[in-house]
Amino acid sequence: MELSDKHQEYWRKNLVITAILMVIWFIATFVVAWFARDLNNISFLGFPLGFYMSAQGSLVIYVLIIGFYAWYMNKLDHEYGVQEEEIK
Amino acid sequence: MSQAAFSQKSFTQQLKKYYALYAGGFLAFVVLLAIAEQMGLPRKYIGYTFLVATIGLYAMIGVMSRTVEVSEYYVAGRRVPAFFNGMATGADWMSAASFIGMAGTLYLAGFDGLAFVMGWTGGYVLVALFLAPYLRKFGQFTIPDFLGARYGGNIARSIGVFAAILCSFVYVVAQIYGVGLITSRFTGLEFGIGVFVGLGGILVCSFLGGMRAVTWTQVAQYIILIIAYLTPVVWLGMKHTGIPVPQVAYGQVLSKVTELEKKLTADPKEQEVRKIFKDRADAANAALKDPAKAFADNKAKLEQNVTSLKAANAPADQVAAAEKALAGFAKDVDAAKAQWNKDKGGAARAAAPRPHAEPFAGKDEAARNSARLNFIGIVFCMMFGTAALPHILMRYYTTPSVVEARRSVFWSLFFIFLLYFTAPCLAVLAKFEVYSNLVGTQFAAMPAWAAAWQTVDATLLSITDVNRDGIVQLAEIVIGGDLIVLMTPEIAGLPYVVSGLVAAGGLAAALSTADGLLLTIANALSHDVYYKMIDPAATTSRRVTVSKILLLAVALIAAYVTSLKPGNILFLVGAAFSLAASAFFPALVLGVFWKRANKAGAITGMLVGLGVCFYYMATTYPFLRDLLGVTKPIAEYMWFGLNPISAGMFGLPLGMLTIIIVSLLTPAPSKQVQDFVEHVRYPVLKGSTYSTQAN
Repeated sequence: MELSDKHQEYWRKNLVITAILMVIWFIATFVVAWFARDLNNISFLGFPLGFYMSAQGSLVIYVLIIGFYAWYMNKLDHEYGVQEEEIK
Repeated sequence: MSQAAFSQKSFTQQLKKYYALYAGGFLAFVVLLAIAEQMGLPRKYIGYTFLVATIGLYAMIGVMSRTVEVSEYYVAGRRVPAFFNGMATGADWMSAASFIGMAGTLYLAGFDGLAFVMGWTGGYVLVALFLAPYLRKFGQFTIPDFLGARYGGNIARSIGVFAAILCSFVYVVAQIYGVGLITSRFTGLEFGIGVFVGLGGILVCSFLGGMRAVTWTQVAQYIILIIAYLTPVVWLGMKHTGIPVPQVAYGQVLSKVTELEKKLTADPKEQEVRKIFKDRADAANAALKDPAKAFADNKAKLEQNVTSLKAANAPADQVAAAEKALAGFAKDVDAAKAQWNKDKGGAARAAAPRPHAEPFAGKDEAARNSARLNFIGIVFCMMFGTAALPHILMRYYTTPSVVEARRSVFWSLFFIFLLYFTAPCLAVLAKFEVYSNLVGTQFAAMPAWAAAWQTVDATLLSITDVNRDGIVQLAEIVIGGDLIVLMTPEIAGLPYVVSGLVAAGGLAAALSTADGLLLTIANALSHDVYYKMIDPAATTSRRVTVSKILLLAVALIAAYVTSLKPGNILFLVGAAFSLAASAFFPALVLGVFWKRANKAGAITGMLVGLGVCFYYMATTYPFLRDLLGVTKPIAEYMWFGLNPISAGMFGLPLGMLTIIIVSLLTPAPSKQVQDFVEHVRYPVLKGSTYSTQAN
């Protein structure tokens, strides 16, 4: 079938949010790990920051990314009329 | 549909009620046992009670959930609510290695061990953004199903089946090993018997009820394992930080540990012990250059010592000591060689304690850079492996809708996070306990837990008075990683019943993961190979029966391989992740996000990914090198100094590149395939005639 403009916009928006969240994920993971030695010179809640991020900080960010994505996409489904029938 | 809506809602309500009752009942059970312990129930029976009660419970859920319906058997009827699927995924995911091994790895490796913590959580971001919702929309039964539908025909499906079985089997062997270890340690049964008792616990669920039984057991197992993990840590944290959320407050303990590390590095007694190990290693290295001569020389020296003492009429105790030294010397060259090799290995103990919070420790810039690159490599492979392991991805087929699949990834990571953000805290608390309460005590006055574990299992804890001063030095202690979680209840001063609880938690972790993996293998064989390729006309009851028989066969083979105790478990687990990442991730993700990806591209890409990954492991991992007769030095095969566990860092990008290049060189996929891609991209696509949902 031919996709409507609305459908294409939905997919574009999905790609944009996916890309943005991937950038955050990349920074929280690889940039943080790469500069861990330097970050350790900063103190956070009594922890060296580099250690704190790898042990806890990045993990919290991951949970938030996924939570946000689920909330955002479920909202987007409704805005673009591609939502499933309510089964709750 | 309204009937379904009503039943799904009341179903969720019912589940909440049942599992709340269950969690309460379990806590009451633990309290009762604690009272029984106070009244004098022997420890051995506490261990047995936990073993029998928990396995019995899982069996009961298994029997209650037995089924012969195809969609119940393969995907639990697709009505597992997000919250509960999250718990089930958590138990499915967290293996014996996470439960027992993780804190120990962090204790031993310090910062560098955090690569696993990051990798095994961050991977869920990839699952959420790239896979779970689309696979749920696709709505079939297995991961090879998706490859078969998207890339047409049986070749892509077959490669998928092969890769799924390869990584799941490697992983399940590690789990069954963990089951045997825990059962034998806490009940005194033999390792081999422990394996089969555990196997019984695994089979009774997956055999009778497939995914449905496994799902509801995994939820029960998650509740036990998280209670078991958090209870002792919270207690220990209270002792050291004064608040019941030690995960937030252990920063002060970490800085105390750092202080102690500095003190222990400079301590003269510690230096003395480290020097002894260094001298021994040096002497051993020298002797190993010409073992025969060194053996003769050393023996002659000892003999001469005895003769000259006797000749000089030395006191009797000196003569006796010299004679004892001679009698204790190696019987022949081979025995001497073994001793020297052992001494050589002791060189590691000549090093000062490694600063816990320091990333990528190394003697120079090059060593530090290499450590950093390997850290990144492990994070990369664990993450992409997480997002490609079939037993995890399969779980998202079981939710009622795409919306629930998205929410379910959130709950999955949340429940996994509870354990993973506690493990680094536990490692630091345990280290503080060892550095402050064990190091520096008299050998005669060691803490009770240390004395006890030393006699239980010397591979977990051994302390020898190397410099004979009667005081425990850090360098004199050897700790096995698994000890950290096992000893926590005792150093926190909790009753033995909590140790039993921890064992039950470890068992739950290993059983639940093994269940998920066995089911993945059996389903790949019964659904993808038997039903889709061999006999598409098979009746549904026949398909389920075939699956059950295969499950039994695979379980027995896995138990047999486990009893051979194959190599390094951590490497096996890591290898499973690297292989899965290289084989599946590019084909699955491009399959959804790039319509142009075609059959030829996917097939070559998956083969290249797997091939490159395997080639790198085969040429750089000693066990495989021996097996395949690779003789050129490892250094010639190493790329960028990356360890074999991170082979996926090459396999995945090259596999992805291959898919792109080959797809562009060959014709675009048909209109029908492009419609399929659109179909999975939208939760609902009105007007689309495409339907892939299987019931």
